[in-house]
Amino acid sequence: MLFRFTETAIDTDYGRSELLDSGAGGYVSFEGWVRDYNEGQEVTRLEYEAFQELAIKEGDRIIEDALKRFPLKHALCIHRIGTLALSDMAVWVGVSSVHRGEAFDACRFIIDEVKHRVPIWKKEHYRSGDSGWVNCERCAVAPDHEHAHHETAALTLRK
Amino acid sequence: MHLKIHYYALMREQAGRSEESLETSAATPADLYGELTARYGFTLAREQLKVAVNSEFSDWSRPLTAGDAVVFIPPVAGG
Repeated sequence: MLFRFTETAIDTDYGRSELLDSGAGGYVSFEGWVRDYNEGQEVTRLEYEAFQELAIKEGDRIIEDALKRFPLKHALCIHRIGTLALSDMAVWVGVSSVHRGEAFDACRFIIDEVKHRVPIWKKEHYRSGDSGWVNCERCAVAPDHEHAHHETAALTLRK
Repeated sequence: MHLKIHYYALMREQAGRSEESLETSAATPADLYGELTARYGFTLAREQLKVAVNSEFSDWSRPLTAGDAVVFIPPVAGG
C-alpha cells in the first residue's frame, strides 16, 4: 500500500526510509499541520475520519498515477485519523526521484489529488464551542470543490 | 431487498448511527438517498455527494442488488 492510515503520530523517518534509492538524487516531502485558524474561526482541535477501504484504493490510484506521470523512484502518503491537536501532522507525502523538479511537481500533485478525491473528512472544533465538518456545513463551499476537481480532470485530458 | 448502509462524518451524525441494514424497494443509490433523506433529514443535496457501492465509486443510477453495501460520500476534506 502506497497510501496508508495511522491512528498515532506519523513516523516521517520511517516514511523517508521507504523512499531511499541509490538511483535517486533527491527527495521532497510535504507535511500538512493542524492550523489554529480557518475561515474566520479560531480552531482548537480537529477530528479526522475516513472511509478507509475506499480511501486506501483511491489513494493508491493517485500515487500509481503520479508514478506514471513523473519519473519517480518511489512515492508514499501517510494520513492520520482520530483527534489531532494544533500543530499535529495530519498528512505526510514523500517522493524520491532522479532530479528535484519532478519530485516537487509529483509531491504537489499527490497532496492536491488526495485533498480532492480521497474519502477523508475533518471536523473542526472552535474556541466558540461550535464545531463543523469542513466543506459540508456551508453549502457554498461544495461547488468550489467540484470546480477544482473538474479543473484537475481537464488538466489530465490536456496532457 | 436487503442492503447495508455505512455512514461517515456529517452523514453519520445526521443519521444518528454509523451503519444499518435495511429492507428497501429503492432501485438505485439515487432512490435510496431520497428515501433516507425523508427519514433522517439529510441537509446535503444529492448533487453535493458521491456514492460508493461495495467499496467502489458508483453512478447514482446503478441498479442495486440484494446485499450491496452503500456509502454516501459528502464533500471530502483530507490533508
